[in-house]
Amino acid sequence: MQNVSVIYDGKSQRMADQMVRTEAQLIAQRKLQEQDCDCKDGMFPRSASTNRRKFLFAAGSAAGIASSTAAFGQKAPPGAVGYDVPTDPTKVQGRPIGEDGGYGSRSQFETEVRERFPTANAYTSWSFTPLQNMVGNITASGLHFERDHNGIPTINPSQHMLFVHGMVEAPKKFTMADLKRFPSVTRRHFIECSGNGLTEWNKPTLKTVQGTHGLLSTSEWTGVPFAAIAREVGLQEGGTWVLAEGSDAAVMTRSIPLEKMLKDALLVYGQNGEAIRPEQGYPLRLLLPGYEGNTNIKWLRRLEVSDKPFMTREETSKYTDLMANGKARQFTLDMEAKSVITFPSGDMKLPGPGFYNITGLAWSGRGRVQAVDVSTDAGMTWYPARIESVAEPMCTVRFGFPWIWDGKPAVLQSRCTDETGYIQPTLQQLIAIRGDNGPFGSIYHLNAIQSWGVAGDGSVTNVHA
Amino acid sequence: MSMHDIAIAAACLCLAAIPLAPKAHAQAQTHYGFGAPASPRDLASFFAIPANGSGLPPGSGTAAEGAKVYADNCSACHGDHLEGNPAKGIGGDKLIGGRGTLATATPVKTVESYWPYATTLFDYVKRAMPFSSPGSLSDDQVYSVVAYILSQAKIVKPTEVMNAISLPKVEMPNRNGFEPDPRPELELYH
Ligand code: HEC
Repeated sequence: MQNVSVIYDGKSQRMADQMVRTEAQLIAQRKLQEQDCDCKDGMFPRSASTNRRKFLFAAGSAAGIASSTAAFGQKAPPGAVGYDVPTDPTKVQGRPIGEDGGYGSRSQFETEVRERFPTANAYTSWSFTPLQNMVGNITASGLHFERDHNGIPTINPSQHMLFVHGMVEAPKKFTMADLKRFPSVTRRHFIECSGNGLTEWNKPTLKTVQGTHGLLSTSEWTGVPFAAIAREVGLQEGGTWVLAEGSDAAVMTRSIPLEKMLKDALLVYGQNGEAIRPEQGYPLRLLLPGYEGNTNIKWLRRLEVSDKPFMTREETSKYTDLMANGKARQFTLDMEAKSVITFPSGDMKLPGPGFYNITGLAWSGRGRVQAVDVSTDAGMTWYPARIESVAEPMCTVRFGFPWIWDGKPAVLQSRCTDETGYIQPTLQQLIAIRGDNGPFGSIYHLNAIQSWGVAGDGSVTNVHA
Repeated sequence: MSMHDIAIAAACLCLAAIPLAPKAHAQAQTHYGFGAPASPRDLASFFAIPANGSGLPPGSGTAAEGAKVYADNCSACHGDHLEGNPAKGIGGDKLIGGRGTLATATPVKTVESYWPYATTLFDYVKRAMPFSSPGSLSDDQVYSVVAYILSQAKIVKPTEVMNAISLPKVEMPNRNGFEPDPRPELELYH
């Protein structure tokens, strides 16, 4: 393991280095904020703030609401509205219904946000879901990770059309209203960017699970199966690929195997019970369960059936894996089985020995999660974790594992097995497979087992074990 | 009516009802008729150009013309010598160089060293560049700037004319550098 290392091209290396600096700044800012709270009356009352320090791992919890009377002096976090906090909420009237204009916001005490990867240009960039703060299995729509290649477009749904053409009997165009007339399906699926973890091949690089795994999110999606649209236009003999094109400034394009399109592709307009978010492709997105994130074309405006892939920039220059022999692997579309412990995870601190409920997420692009195992001794012994949500195809599950920490250094790991029998590999296994011999430049599709080191003082760090 | 008769009557009712059932429940519906025909005019502005060049528009350009297009529209972000510009707020990729580095410890992926098809370059520049005003170049300008990049990369001669016929014939250095992914890796199964 020590002498095998992954080769990053210059651009990837620069970006990774910059991300390390940015993450360090963000963590420092967060710590400063926590200290600030002692003197700045209001946002986090003194007593609760001390509390917070003690239970660092519960950052963002509601611990602080109770015991102070104060104006909400600081700007509310994104997605929240700041209100004055009464000493005793049972002694004053609350807010009247409707004051929010009819659309709710999150609590002013919930501060977690997406963090942007510091690419030089913010129009082609990505942001990470704060997995360390997420509960349950579904990602809040406003915290779903993002990847845009030239900004987020503003699209009026009444002007938006989907064109379906190429090797079809009758090319057609559909308005959003047309699409919503078809019988719909609603399914829960994860989307993961194949670049998730790209900084982590050679050494533990980013500190938090947001940085190492935050290009993963799960939503309940609602839309029309592509198969229904295919019947509508009629497929000609010989079609094997479908070009999907977005209506953004990158006019994003990917070629998708027709077989996949017919099997389970959805044209989705709904996310978690409401219209899909602009960052996620409003008003229409291609949803390819289990496929690498980039293929799930957002702001979908066109599907062209063809007898060959189009060899677009995103499937040649990018999203290909350069191997040691100088050849690159192309069309790596499935996201392999993977899992990660989100609590405890990097940059948290356990207050002392005792009981902890280890929890995390597991997923596979090839079907259901069959089992999740947890190890507290760097993979020497494994115990089955409890799966806390129903395992669905190409969807995350939340898992849990009761652990009594004895106060000694430990290495926490989780391992996913999916219904095909595939077992999530160690990093050594993965590098052995992909690296052949010598150097390699395959930075996408890192699905190795993640290790979190717990030190004697309770601090948790990203380690390679 | 005996039980037998009732059963028969019920069966008849069912039979009679069958032709109506699909209308009432639309269960067997495979065709809804939603949407409108897309006319050639509707589709005229769309393009996606595969390796064989089908869909390449009329027009042409040379490196000499392309040098000017590049200087006016690209160099601010990709550098005067196509070397890229990693500066904050810009981040334009390096476009040439890196040939022969792919199997080394410091691979440099560029249009010259990595891209398998020249048609992809045309497609991408026409659709997505210049980054700050995508789709603003004429087809002649795109052919020209593509000719310029390819000639700076020493893939085509400075005098070669790029058009719908010549572009798909350009032999990119890494033309055979890609293979379909052989995953899944069987050793990771039980
Ligand atoms: C405002 C800055 C800017 C301008 C102007 C610009 N580009 Fe770009 N270019 C970029 C950025 C940023 C990217 C990376 C986009 C991404 O990865 O999503 C890029 C990517 C590219 C790529 C893909 C490189 C690769 O290896 O994948 C090519 C080719 C390209 N530009 C050509 C051009 C040409 C030709 C022009 C002039 C007509 C141009 N660009 C003008 C910023 C710019």
